[in-house]
Amino acid sequence: MNSVERTDVLVVGTGFGGAIAAYHLAAGGARVVMLERGPWLTAADYDHDFKLGSSYTRLFDFTVGDGMSVLGGNCVGGGSVVYFAAMPRAPRFVFERRGSVNRRMWPSSITRDTLDPWYDRVAESIAITRQGWDDVSYSGGLWAAACRHAGRTANPVPAAVDTAACTNCNWMMAGCRFDAKQSLLLNYLPAALAHGAAIRPLHEVQSIARNPDGGYRVHYQLVDAEDYRITAGEGSIDAEVVVLAAGAAATPVILQRSAAALGPMPHAVGRYFSGNGERLNTAVLNEERVREVLGLELDPAAFQIGKGPTVANWDRLDGSLPEYTRFSLEQLYFPPGLGTILALTGGQDPRWFGLEKKELLSHWQKWLIIFQMIEDDNEGVFGPPPARGNADRVSQQMLGLGTLSYKPTLNTQAAWAMADAECKDILERDGLATVTPWTNDLVGAYTVHPLASCRIGDDPRTSALDDRHELRGHPGIFVTDGSAVPAALTVNPAMTISALAERAVPAIVRAARERGVDVRYGAPAPDGSTAGRRGTAPLVPALGG
Amino acid sequence: MSAQLSADHETRVTTLEAFADTIIPGARRSDQDRAVAGASPTGGAVAAGAMELIHWDATGISQSLDGYARALNEHAREFAQQHGLDLDGDVPPFVALGFEQRTDLVRVLTAPGHPDKALWVLLSLFCYMAYDSAAHTGTAAALAAGHPGLTSMRLAAPGADGLWRFPSWSYGRQLADLHPGTTDTGSPA
Repeated sequence: MNSVERTDVLVVGTGFGGAIAAYHLAAGGARVVMLERGPWLTAADYDHDFKLGSSYTRLFDFTVGDGMSVLGGNCVGGGSVVYFAAMPRAPRFVFERRGSVNRRMWPSSITRDTLDPWYDRVAESIAITRQGWDDVSYSGGLWAAACRHAGRTANPVPAAVDTAACTNCNWMMAGCRFDAKQSLLLNYLPAALAHGAAIRPLHEVQSIARNPDGGYRVHYQLVDAEDYRITAGEGSIDAEVVVLAAGAAATPVILQRSAAALGPMPHAVGRYFSGNGERLNTAVLNEERVREVLGLELDPAAFQIGKGPTVANWDRLDGSLPEYTRFSLEQLYFPPGLGTILALTGGQDPRWFGLEKKELLSHWQKWLIIFQMIEDDNEGVFGPPPARGNADRVSQQMLGLGTLSYKPTLNTQAAWAMADAECKDILERDGLATVTPWTNDLVGAYTVHPLASCRIGDDPRTSALDDRHELRGHPGIFVTDGSAVPAALTVNPAMTISALAERAVPAIVRAARERGVDVRYGAPAPDGSTAGRRGTAPLVPALGG
Repeated sequence: MSAQLSADHETRVTTLEAFADTIIPGARRSDQDRAVAGASPTGGAVAAGAMELIHWDATGISQSLDGYARALNEHAREFAQQHGLDLDGDVPPFVALGFEQRTDLVRVLTAPGHPDKALWVLLSLFCYMAYDSAAHTGTAAALAAGHPGLTSMRLAAPGADGLWRFPSWSYGRQLADLHPGTTDTGSPA
């Protein structure tokens, strides 16, 4: 007797990639099970509390690698629960990037024009606000005014936030207590559940094996709800089709560990990782100069709103510029406890600790954090997988040691230096602020938007997935999370990850049908809207739908 | 507790306090305080609860603290030899170092390329978490009790329901021209 549970489609991860695929497959009639390694929390569970063990640390993973650390979501809803909800589309030139391989990295079938209808589908499914200046936080307004003073433009950033419901609570990264942030818990996931999909939290997928019938067996361990270092049993689920969406810091690790059972992985699994070119600069504002030069007051009480980004500078998103010289600069502001250790004192002898640093911390309300997203060089490589999960866990939650190695090339270093100089030029003009980049010396570079560790592409040597997100050499396994995005985007990636996941669904449906699953493609948006579906309909046949 | 165990415990605590105080320095707790060097007039990592946090098994380092203290003191002895310092034998070697010397040693231990850098950064991370977020205790309670880190950073107090809200958040007016390539979705072209 075979006691292993069976389903049609097994989805690993419940963030953007997993939730979108799960919704469409369930709505199309497939039996869908989603496995999520983190807990399942909802608005009422989101504590406003930094205490270790509060929802705040339960929702996150901070994985320290060699030269790169990754902060990611670890909960039902994935990154959508903990991100800042910025949802810009990637600029047109991004899809033409050539990178160090010196040929187009994206599949020829994907351009901004061909992706726009899929972006539209996402915009219909997740309520995205084109924020106005009334919605812009004080720190965002200040960044805008500084940009204008320096002869630059500045844009309020489109965000998946119901601005009417937002209380500007300061805790946006700890889940949204007020359901103002339009996380996947409010759209795709409830719609998937309504169509019969199951979500299993605290199930950490370890590996995938192939069954004699051509389907797959997915092995998981059950994770303790409080102490993630502890497992409490294990199990397996058989599925005809597997959709991997565990995040760009975990999906390739699962595949690496599965190679023993599945056979060799494409060369690009666990390679070409990009940190989306991310780096933070801290500007310490000079209140008096801000008043005199910009005519703005720094209200100390208001200047700690942990919300953002609300305003970005896009002047360098110019496709006529050479690669590695294009970047965006986005204002952020967030509560302490998430990297203040990395802020450096200025001057000749910058330090991350000690007396001067304590002084710097006491001026926290005068900090303006600028988040830069440059074009990096896809330098990251994953080492052999750890015993379980994607990291050796250190603390009960939050902190783990991973095997990612990232040594920035001269291209990446030069691009960061250029963006650093631009921050300085804008914010140090007329004494508005003193700007210092965060140090990479402590935990390496630091990304909140890991990408490209298992990327799509036309060239089998440099891409793990074909342009329909199917894993090369392993039919029936698809990857739909940030690891599929070929390269840094110069903007926040959630919108692009989501659009690619929407675009991947027709091929997943076809693969399921070929394996005998009675499923159809063509569900409307989670709320029943159909305009987006009409927009993508002409594109679906070419994707196998 | 035997006299030896008690002495070991005292050595461990004062050594780790001296390390935490090097990361975020604080005021001496008494005239006899040797671990906290008194480099700052306000409470630092130790007063903020660094010892409570690192002794909590949830951090994953509580079982390693003896090793941390032993290694710090060995490094302090070597540092003293290299620099021709005569350490006071009444306290552990790291505690016997002056504040600037402790600072120099921590810079060496956490510099890129040091073989144990990751361990020292990890210990430093928890010293920070004690100071900048009071991670060993509830945030609202810490604020109400005058937690030195959160108070120094002037974190606002929550409302009566324990939640934070900021009713005023925006300058409320256009402060820059939009990029000319902005599409009607508000995205870059």
